[in-house]
Amino acid sequence: MIHVFFAEWRKLRRPTLLLGTFAAALFFNGLITSFIYLMIDSPDGNSDRGRSVGREVLGLASGSVNGFASIGGLLGIIALCVFAAQSAQEYTYGTLRNLLVRQPRRLVLLMGKYSAMKAFALLLTVINAAVSIAISVYLSTNAKVSTELWFTTEGWSAIGHTLVNVYISIVFYAIIGIALGILLRSPISAISIALVWILILENLIGAVKPVALDWMPGNQLATIAQGGTPSISYSHALILGTSYVLLALIISSALFTKRDVAN
Amino acid sequence: MTTPAISVEGLTKQYENLSAVKAATFSLPRGTICGFVGPNGAGKTTTIRMLLGLISPTSGTGTVLGHSIAEPEKYLASVGAMIEGPAFYPALTGAENLKVLATLGNIPVERVDQLIDLVGLTGRGKDKYKTYSLGMKQRLGIAAALLPNPELLILDEPTNGLDPEGIQEVRDLLKKLASQGTTVFVSSHLLSEIEIISQHIVVLRKGEVVFAGAIEDLLLNQKPTIIVRAENESDLAKISEIASSHGHHVTVRHGEAHIEGPHEWAPILNKLAFEAGITLAQLTPTLPNLEETFFEMTGGQS
Repeated sequence: MIHVFFAEWRKLRRPTLLLGTFAAALFFNGLITSFIYLMIDSPDGNSDRGRSVGREVLGLASGSVNGFASIGGLLGIIALCVFAAQSAQEYTYGTLRNLLVRQPRRLVLLMGKYSAMKAFALLLTVINAAVSIAISVYLSTNAKVSTELWFTTEGWSAIGHTLVNVYISIVFYAIIGIALGILLRSPISAISIALVWILILENLIGAVKPVALDWMPGNQLATIAQGGTPSISYSHALILGTSYVLLALIISSALFTKRDVAN
Repeated sequence: MTTPAISVEGLTKQYENLSAVKAATFSLPRGTICGFVGPNGAGKTTTIRMLLGLISPTSGTGTVLGHSIAEPEKYLASVGAMIEGPAFYPALTGAENLKVLATLGNIPVERVDQLIDLVGLTGRGKDKYKTYSLGMKQRLGIAAALLPNPELLILDEPTNGLDPEGIQEVRDLLKKLASQGTTVFVSSHLLSEIEIISQHIVVLRKGEVVFAGAIEDLLLNQKPTIIVRAENESDLAKISEIASSHGHHVTVRHGEAHIEGPHEWAPILNKLAFEAGITLAQLTPTLPNLEETFFEMTGGQS
């Protein structure tokens, strides 16, 4: 599987993909993290959906990664789009047949693709965490937010926990992206269906019946990144999110290993 | 006795309403170049995909390099293939594309530069694939197929898009590989090419194998033909009538009458035409070439 990993990594490390993805992620990361500090006194709120995150919350040990946790769901959606496109393009370009001639063990090929994706997700997580924390430290003085607890033992523990949660969330989103790519074999279909579901349909359903959000896959993965929300506990989101991802893994593995490669 | 490079028996692929390949049975000895010909939609690519484990047969069995086609992982390390034209990542360079496949197949990446030179892409390996011409893409596809230094090379239309010089280079390359012991299984629409380079041939028509064996055997079994051209093309119908009335089978195509019959009948036909007031512009006794034989076997489809 190590050969599959390195072969996939050759594709993922190409400048247009790597720099494009990281530039998009860092742009939104910088925007949202800055917004929390620059709009801290705004009556319209300074966080997602008009929520206000005050100086008391930001001054806690977990304050340094507050912005990073907020961006976790969005990083996941970026990863979903990237990996949905990557997996679907193997069909549209016809390159899957070349890969399968060189690695006919289809499950090994798929697992190698997942391994490379995890490495990419780790890089995305660590770099964005570092940038978000750096922005937070830089803007905290002007925003009059205390950073006294941020780099204590408890603060580092909070950073570690948030890193793990955001990483899990990004990996889960990416697995669903790969599964959609394999299922639909078209980058445009895979990405548009995922985005319409996560960004529009889940919110519409939630507006009509708020309790339904407790069961929506996109909401579970965003909640994992945030380490839980007032309405959904972390453990609930993790169990349900893992179930959705396992289902996606089973379906995509079955399709990838059994389906004829006829294009 | 060594096992054949490829051997299939009763190989069938049935889609819902379509029999893509019907009980194909043929065998290909090692170290030869075998042409795989048939009209569009005859089932050539489907057969190749089954040999490479990309699609599963509905029924039938087969072996490649002595291993069952149900276990492609046992033989594909020794097989190079280009199926239905080259397919690569447009945003990667030609060399990077080959390195992806080399890494995947645990093949030393140093081989990539050698192959880029071998297929005539020297100096273009660092250019993105999307900037390549059709001929260059084809050359890269052949390089990818040669990556594992294959015992068996399967090429689907390898000369597509190549200029005459490129076709000659591919022809020489395939001959050289065969002389070194590589078995080459090549599908092509260029029947003259197949006739020049192949010792064996498999002819497919509507999913069925209509001939599999040595090209020599195929051509020797064909009836001699007399090709006739009249000064006035309108006289061809009359010539056909004369030949038919003497029991000879006639087909008219491209302004020529192809009359099955022994060479000795040519002067008789000349005399009969003269008596009928027809001036002949050409009267050539010939043995059918592969193209004529192919048209005969596949019912005139190209």
